[in-house]
Amino acid sequence: MTGFWLIVHRDVVMAWRQGGDGLMAIMFFLITVTLFPLGVGPESGILARIGAAVVWVAALLATLLSLERMFQTDFEDGSFDLIAIAPLPLEAVVLAKCMANWLLTGAPLLLTAPILAMMLHMDREGLAIFVVAMALGTPSLVFIGAIGAALTVGARRGGVLLTLLVLPLYIPVLIFGVGAVEAAVTGQSAQPHLLVLGGLLLGTLPLGLWASTTALKQALE
Amino acid sequence: MHRFANPNRFLRIAALILPWSAAITVTLLVVGLYLALKVSPADYQQGESVRIMYVHVPAAWMALFVYSCLAGASAIALIWKHPLANLAAKASAPIGACFTFIALTTGAIWGKPIWDAWWVWDARLTSVLILFFFYMGHMALTSAFEDASRGERAAAILALVGFINIPVIKWSVDWWNTLHQPASIVRLDGPAIHASMLAPLLIMAASFATYYVSVLILRLRSEILARKMDALRLTRVRDSQEAHSL
Amino acid sequence: MDDTHPPSDTSQEVGVAIGAKKPQKKVGVLFAGRGLVCVRGGRTVFVGLDFALEPGDALVLMGPNGSGKSSLLRIMAGLLKPAEGDLLWHGYAVEDDARSHYARQHYVGHLDGLKVAMTVSENLSFWTGLRMGAVPSASSVRNALSAFGLDCLADFPARILSAGQKRRLSLARVLASPADLWLLDEPTVALDRDSVAALKQAIAHHQQHGGMVVIATHSEMALDRARPLHLDRFVPASELAELQEDAATVLRKNGHKAGKKGRRL
Repeated sequence: MTGFWLIVHRDVVMAWRQGGDGLMAIMFFLITVTLFPLGVGPESGILARIGAAVVWVAALLATLLSLERMFQTDFEDGSFDLIAIAPLPLEAVVLAKCMANWLLTGAPLLLTAPILAMMLHMDREGLAIFVVAMALGTPSLVFIGAIGAALTVGARRGGVLLTLLVLPLYIPVLIFGVGAVEAAVTGQSAQPHLLVLGGLLLGTLPLGLWASTTALKQALE
Repeated sequence: MHRFANPNRFLRIAALILPWSAAITVTLLVVGLYLALKVSPADYQQGESVRIMYVHVPAAWMALFVYSCLAGASAIALIWKHPLANLAAKASAPIGACFTFIALTTGAIWGKPIWDAWWVWDARLTSVLILFFFYMGHMALTSAFEDASRGERAAAILALVGFINIPVIKWSVDWWNTLHQPASIVRLDGPAIHASMLAPLLIMAASFATYYVSVLILRLRSEILARKMDALRLTRVRDSQEAHSL
Repeated sequence: MDDTHPPSDTSQEVGVAIGAKKPQKKVGVLFAGRGLVCVRGGRTVFVGLDFALEPGDALVLMGPNGSGKSSLLRIMAGLLKPAEGDLLWHGYAVEDDARSHYARQHYVGHLDGLKVAMTVSENLSFWTGLRMGAVPSASSVRNALSAFGLDCLADFPARILSAGQKRRLSLARVLASPADLWLLDEPTVALDRDSVAALKQAIAHHQQHGGMVVIATHSEMALDRARPLHLDRFVPASELAELQEDAATVLRKNGHKAGKKGRRL
């Protein structure tokens, strides 16, 4: 288990000291969300209508930004060879990296999202459900993203390709994440949507770990 | 299974099958189109525009079928490492993407007079669009690496991950309220349409399937030949380098 | 000197190696490879490669660039699977128990695996901790660093290190935790004379205690019990002739003239 936490610690400390990922993702998130009111106009009716979707899409894109560096830097500087021959199974390594990634981007998004949602005039009922939905959804985004990051390690135009591969897989999370908020705002039960989000989380965990590990093993050869 | 692993043996078998499958494709296509456009009845509600169904539905079926073949080939490649499996997946992807594209566009053309909308974001259309993205992603991933075999193996994983979409597409019209009509042919209760419409539909579907087989063989053949030429070029370069260094 | 060492029976003799600090039990061949074939990027790099190592041996890989020294080291580490052939540890196939094989080796490749934003000792501590499954003691980290003259830089970020110092930090890993097998790929690149001497000393000490070393190097290192392995002797003689005939036949059958560029469908 120590190896697992060593990897989490290293990734978090590295990103923290280099000031890169976490902060950039947040800034991107804020700026993107800000663009919409500026584009749509100050009518609070429209903003409230699309607010949940805007924040979710911005969260997806912000997560995408941080994915590229998940495995790439370790491959480039030779760390991955050493990680591969460490006693820790590769699945645990991937899980550790996903956890680090979530701590660096998902958690800050989770904290800033409600503030942004309020800025977009989201209704009070929606806000609580929104936070729950994001708490369930952002880890799924990381697991799915890990698949894309692992598949595109060492590829030409890796960043663009990663986006192309991962966004279609993000669509279910988006649909149910927004659906949960819409249901809450219109007074219906958000429970089915939240249950599906929970199911997606439980599903993407093994799928993400399996696919990422297989892809990383191939990248080693 | 590994009897077919030898590329030369595959090429010989392919050379035998190809003329037949091509001939069957053309025959079935001609017969199917004739039945679809001339003989089969017009719909009492939709009129003549229902005839686009005879292209739309088989194309949609093929989109799913080709993806299933692609996922199957990917699984074989990953588990048994059969050398032709990766090639089969790589060759199938563009064919499936074209079928998906045809299904989407013919669907839009059909939808405009019937639903008065080129596109709606219901479950089935969205999931088929996602299927199209998966095909595109597969093709992009295959060619994204300097080492071609790495790209194929990565694409194999992607194909398996995306296979979840297939059951979603199939049952999306049952699980959600969709504008798209529910299943009327592949159902537990048996087909719900009349034989005079079912027959051309099945013939068209069969012709699309044999078309897929023919084009797949052609693409596999050209892929195998291209590899041989690459390998030949590589050894020629190496030999000339050795000759120079002597 | 003999290049190839035929695998001997694992006979057990108690012998005293002259100059060693403690008596050694000879167990015969411990690490061996049989008929290894390596294929990278469609090209066959080497074929039918055999080697055998006993405790205390040093296998020196020699050969021109591209002859597969790095690939062989990666195969020995378990990072790469050979296209054919076996790797054996004490007679048992390595691939059956990869986890144990990872645990008994140190692999130092071309790249250093250093994070520039972490300090020198943090880097070493991470790799050692990951390998041992427990955070290493500060003293063991310090000792490893001082063996390569890096202890004064221990708390500085790795960013400030020169190429030679980075290499030394990478090598310090082998001293921070024990391993039976050291796999070193061009370890002396960018090292000055003193550092090379320090490395030699570390390797000699390792060998005296029964450790094995496989090292790919261009420089003259004059190790004890060194066995050279010339990889260029295992490069396959022309597969070309076979290939040429095959492709020409195929092209002819498909109606192309040899030399014309085929058109892809």
